[in-house]
Amino acid sequence: MKEYFKNTWLGIWTVLVGMKITLKHVFQPAVTIQYPDVKLPLPERVRNRLYVNIDDCIGCDQCARACPVSCISIDTVKSIPGDDLGTTSNGKKKALWVTKFDIDFAKCCYCQLCVFPCPTECITMTETYEFSEFKRKNLLYHFSSLTNEEAGLRKQNWEKFQAEKEALKAAAKPPVPPAAKTE
Amino acid sequence: MFEWLSEITGNQILAAFISAIVPVAFIVPFVIFAVWLERKVSAHMQDRLGPMRVGWHGWLQTIADFFKLIQKEDIVATATDKRFFNLAPYLVFVGSYAVYAALPFSSKYIGSNTDLGLFYIIAVSGLVVAGILMAGWSSQNKYSLYGALRSAAQIVSYEIPTALVILAMVMFTGTLNLAKLSDMQTSSFWNWYIFGGPDWGLSKFLVIPFMLVAFLLFYISSLAEVNRTPFDMPEAESELVAGYHTEYSGMKFAMFFLSEYGNMFAVSAVVSVLFFGGYQSPFGYIGNLIGASWMVPFEQVFWFASKGIFFVFVQMWLRWTLPRVRVDQLMTICWKYLIPYAFVNLIIIGLISLI
Repeated sequence: MKEYFKNTWLGIWTVLVGMKITLKHVFQPAVTIQYPDVKLPLPERVRNRLYVNIDDCIGCDQCARACPVSCISIDTVKSIPGDDLGTTSNGKKKALWVTKFDIDFAKCCYCQLCVFPCPTECITMTETYEFSEFKRKNLLYHFSSLTNEEAGLRKQNWEKFQAEKEALKAAAKPPVPPAAKTE
Repeated sequence: MFEWLSEITGNQILAAFISAIVPVAFIVPFVIFAVWLERKVSAHMQDRLGPMRVGWHGWLQTIADFFKLIQKEDIVATATDKRFFNLAPYLVFVGSYAVYAALPFSSKYIGSNTDLGLFYIIAVSGLVVAGILMAGWSSQNKYSLYGALRSAAQIVSYEIPTALVILAMVMFTGTLNLAKLSDMQTSSFWNWYIFGGPDWGLSKFLVIPFMLVAFLLFYISSLAEVNRTPFDMPEAESELVAGYHTEYSGMKFAMFFLSEYGNMFAVSAVVSVLFFGGYQSPFGYIGNLIGASWMVPFEQVFWFASKGIFFVFVQMWLRWTLPRVRVDQLMTICWKYLIPYAFVNLIIIGLISLI
C-alpha cells in the first residue's frame, strides 16, 4: 500500500521534473545555424576549391605531376623570341604559353599536394565550398587565360618558328639521306 | 446565435447550416495553427528552430503542407476493403467535429444548448474508436490493425476514469449542460471549479484538493483518449510505422490529422469548461467596464480559445517531455491507478457535496 502511494507520487513528481527541464529548454537559444543565411567560420588552412592565378603560372607541370588523381591537365607551347610573356610576381621570367590549364573538380580529392610543389605559388586553396553542379562537365574548370584562337596562334607561331629554324638548319647542312627520312 | 440567425435569414435550415459551419471555420485554422505550434514547441524544446523559411518563423509552413497534401495522389492499396477504407477518415473526423456541437464558445454561441452536453460529448467521442478501428482493419495491414486495436483498447479503458471524473463533477454541480456549467463559474477565477466552485462555505475549501485530483485524472485520461504521447500507442512510430493511418495518403491522411488536432482542442475545451470556467473571463470583462456589452461575447470567445490553446500547449509540452509508455504500463496506469483514485475521488466529492 505504501509503495502504491509512493508510485503515484513518483509518477506525478518525475513528470513535473521533466516538464521543468523541457520548459527551460524552450527559453534557451537554439543551436541551429541557418546555413545558407548564416555560415560557420571556416578554420584556417581549409582545403576547398583550388584557384590558379594564371598570370603567375610558368607552365612547369609540377602540380599536374603531383596530383594523385590526375585531375589537372596542362598544355604548354614554347614562346618564340619575339613574344613578351612578362614575369611572374616573384620575378621569374615566363618561357611557356599555358594554352590549357584544366582542373576537374569532379576528380579532385582536395589533398593540397599540388599546392606545395608550385615554384611561383600560383595554385592555392580557397574557401569556396559551394560549387555543386547539375552536370559533371560543369565541374571541369578552365583556368587558362588564352582563348582557343590565341592558343592556336601561339601554336602556329611556334610551328612556323620551328619550321624556319629547320629550314635554316637544312640550308646550312647537306640534305638528309632518304633512308633517314622514311623513319 | 441560431435564433438570431433564423430571425435575420427567416429560414431555420439556413440558420442551422450557418451555425454548423462555425466550428469548421474554427477547426481548420486552429489545426493549421496547432500543427505549426507543435513543430515550433517541439523544436524549441530540443534547442532547434523548427520551420523558419516559409513566412515569418515558418508560420505559412502548415498551409504549404496542406496544399502539398491536397495535390498528392490518393493511393488505395488493392487488398484494402475499399468501402470502409474510404469511409473511415470521414467517420473519425465526424466524431471529433460532432463534439464541437456541444462546446460553448461564448454565451451567445453554442451549437446545441442541450441539457445532456457532457453526456453527449462522452458518447460521440466514442465514435472516433469506430472510425479508427475501421481504418486499421480495412487497411489489411498488420501494423494498422495493431494500432487500431491498441487504440480501441486504450480509448475504451480510459473512458472509465473520464466518465468517473465527469460523474463526480455532475454530482457536485448538478448539471450536464456545458453552457450552464460555464455560467456558474462566472465573474472571477475563484469561482472556477478547480477552486471549489461559486458557493462560499466549508465545502468550497474542503473540495479544492479533490478538484485538483479530479483535474489531474481527467487531464491524464483525456490525453490517452486523444492518443497523445505518452499514450500514443496507436501511432507508435518506432513500432507500428504510423499505426492505423499507415496506408492512408493525401487528403485522407490529412483528415486523420485534422481530427486528431480537433480532438485535442475539444478535450482541452472540456477541461476548461469543467474546471477553469469555460468561456468566462478570470477577472471581469472590458466590455462591461466601458459599457459596451456587445464586446462581451467576443471576449468570451477569446478566453475560451486561449484556455483551450493553453491546454493544447500543455499536451504538446507533455508530448515532448515524456517517452511513450508500454502497453502493459498503459493498462496499469488506467486500471490500477486512475480508476481507483477516480472512485475514491468520486465518493469524497459526493460526500462533500452533501454538506
